[in-house]
Amino acid sequence: MNAIPDPDKQGFKFSQLLYDTRYRSMTIQVVSLIALLLFFGWLISNTAANLATLGKPIQFKFLGEPSNYDINQRLLDYTSRDTHLRAGLMGLLNTLVLAFMGCITATVLGVAIGVMRLSKNWLVARVMTLYIEMFRNIPVLLWIIIVFSIMIETMPRPNQFRSGEASMKLLDSVAITNRGVYIPEPLFSNGLGDIYLLGASSLRFGISLDLIALLIVLFVGVFVSRKIKTSADKIQNETGVRPTTWWKRISVIIFPIILVLWALGFHLGYPELKGFNFKGGTYMRNSLIALWIALSLYTAAFIAENVRSGIQAVEKGQSEAAFALGISPGRTMNLIILPQALRIIIPPLISQYLNLTKNSSLAIAVGYMDLTGTLMGITLNQTGRELETVLMGMAIYLVISLAISSLMNWYNNSVKLVER
Amino acid sequence: MVDLSFVRKDIVPQRAAPLSEAGIVGWFRKNMFSDIPNTILTIIVLYFIISVLSSILPWVFSPTWYSGSLTECRSILAELGRDGHGGGGACWGVIRERWLQLLFGFYPSELYWRPILAFFLLGLALAPVLFEGASRKLLYLTAVYPFLCFWLIWGGSIWFPITVFAGFIIAYVGFVYVNKIAGSLSGVIASIVLPLIWWLFIVSPLSTMLFSILPIGSEAIDSDRLGGFMLAVLIGVTGIALSLPIGILLALGRQSDLPILKGVCVCFIEFIRGVPLITLLFVASTLLNIFLPPGSNFDLILRVMIMVTLFASAYMAEVVRGGLAALPKGQYEAADSLGLDYWKAQRLIIMPQALKISIPGIVSTFIGLFKDTTLVSIIGLLDPLGLSTNIRADMAWNGILWELYGFVGFIFFIFCFSMSRYSMYLERRLATGH
Repeated sequence: MNAIPDPDKQGFKFSQLLYDTRYRSMTIQVVSLIALLLFFGWLISNTAANLATLGKPIQFKFLGEPSNYDINQRLLDYTSRDTHLRAGLMGLLNTLVLAFMGCITATVLGVAIGVMRLSKNWLVARVMTLYIEMFRNIPVLLWIIIVFSIMIETMPRPNQFRSGEASMKLLDSVAITNRGVYIPEPLFSNGLGDIYLLGASSLRFGISLDLIALLIVLFVGVFVSRKIKTSADKIQNETGVRPTTWWKRISVIIFPIILVLWALGFHLGYPELKGFNFKGGTYMRNSLIALWIALSLYTAAFIAENVRSGIQAVEKGQSEAAFALGISPGRTMNLIILPQALRIIIPPLISQYLNLTKNSSLAIAVGYMDLTGTLMGITLNQTGRELETVLMGMAIYLVISLAISSLMNWYNNSVKLVER
Repeated sequence: MVDLSFVRKDIVPQRAAPLSEAGIVGWFRKNMFSDIPNTILTIIVLYFIISVLSSILPWVFSPTWYSGSLTECRSILAELGRDGHGGGGACWGVIRERWLQLLFGFYPSELYWRPILAFFLLGLALAPVLFEGASRKLLYLTAVYPFLCFWLIWGGSIWFPITVFAGFIIAYVGFVYVNKIAGSLSGVIASIVLPLIWWLFIVSPLSTMLFSILPIGSEAIDSDRLGGFMLAVLIGVTGIALSLPIGILLALGRQSDLPILKGVCVCFIEFIRGVPLITLLFVASTLLNIFLPPGSNFDLILRVMIMVTLFASAYMAEVVRGGLAALPKGQYEAADSLGLDYWKAQRLIIMPQALKISIPGIVSTFIGLFKDTTLVSIIGLLDPLGLSTNIRADMAWNGILWELYGFVGFIFFIFCFSMSRYSMYLERRLATGH
């Protein structure tokens, strides 16, 4: 037997840093780190020199100064005497509201369209393909502007409601005008009021106690309903007979909520034509509606494609096996197809949500006061602090994106196939 | 006894399928009216299609091609007895009068041949990359095309693009020569350092000197005269061409074993993917000059191109990473066992397969990038959308909307749809499975 002799101990040579694979990766990393640090140093020194010439050192004092501009859609109390920080907060809330509404409608539409695209009906499938191609191949900014123009140009003016040329929709509860859409607002005649947090600071906010009460009741209802389901599962496992529980499970959720709504004196406040405009009700601006519709339709086209590929990726044998076991078509969909399709659909769905959130920054094109419009728009122009505002805005978007993706990744991990 | 058994002696001739199952009727029955819910759905969709078409088609077919203003349009429509307030028909006169502007922006009209020639040459330069049948010799054109295109569109001294191009030749010659003398690593370093010195210190004095000796050049065009679809294509093609190689490098960096390199790539990709493009365009329009050495002030279009390229590269990196992850591990191991080094393994084994897998993603990134070029209208560049606003500010066309947006949308649709069809063709051509 020959033992492999140890390599000669020649000591460390400088050329080993380049030609020995043990050291080479270290060398590459150190060199690239130095290059990177030099690059950042160069950027920072440039920035410092430029800012010194301009006479504006980096500081965030402007955030505490009065903003002196108004924001047309505000979810919390805000006046032009409030600070730039609070204006930015209003913008952030507007962004989040738009993104939230858009994600919900885009998902509903996208799933419906994706399923219909696979329809056996030739005509339906073709129309859905046309829809998807149209929205995927035309820029979203153009769609936003088109929907905004439709809202402004073709919807009736409020005074046309007076003369009877236009009428309110849905049992006289919704008014669609060229200034925006008025919908009924929920009111509580003996409500619990609001609680205000954070005193008088720029980040102060109030929460409706009615909403909290409703959410608590809802969660308790869902919890009890799940308990009923587990006990039904248990009975089915022991006896083989599943007790009928659907009406119990639904009523456990619905009746307490109706009871709470009644106790709080819930009623709807309808919009009414007073003077030159509608009063009462919730007023959704044109810009919000246009962005909402355009972003939903646009993103729905992408979600539809994801849904279609997800459903097509589940093998036909799966549903055939389920039918062979005698499982009903509805339960086959619920228990066999959907769990497998969802696993494929969810990761691209997350990135569509992210895209929608990022695309909501196009709000600036139609004058919706989102984060880009307030912090990176008017605040930037008024204070001239482009470095601070743009970097802050980017950081906030980054945090939103990372939050959405980590939330969704957590969900994705919880439904992931456990492989052995 | 009579034998009553009956045996047929000959085969019954085939009969045609019943009318209700064959031909058009059968097809309709099967695909549109198979059962009652299906029939109801078909009728609803048909009603929807007819109502949409009946409202749009009369509007589209409107004899206003030669009108010179919106009021003239409306009077033509009113004479025909149609609604004169926009609902009666489109006013196509605006497209006839302004389509050149929508295509070229404020480019001087006597020089339109330059962008047209550049666009035509773009087709020729892309042919060897896109299609198998095209002549390989065209690749030389592809190599010099970026400089040719720059010179055709912006004009000015011909020596500037030539001297910049010479930098690449210097890089190549430096690599080959130093490689022979001092080994491959020194060759690589020489091929990076020499052209950098050339570009930073020699190009601008040399090109000025050459221009003063031999003044060959064409009329220089300012960047603010570029616009329309020319600008969109310019930004889009630059972004597409540069983002693929940068994206591949980023993806390789993200997959690499070197933690520092990997960390840098991950941070860059996640940062770019986490912020909206519009904020990066704000950086291009307001901040980039602050980051650069004092006194440097270069073109807004160039700054936008840089930002768009960085944006697309991060997305491209993720698409390519998906392709890399989808490759079976055996491919990497096979490359290693053949004794290939890292770059050879990537070039010969890994990348051809990974890129093939990621074609659909790559092309949809391209399409997204091309659509996103419309965002530059927000920072004040005159892309087709910015020009539409501009045209509407004209007295003659004040109040026109759908014709312009329809035209712009239609052209975008043609570009993007053909790109997606091309990706399907490419997937079929490269498919090696069974």
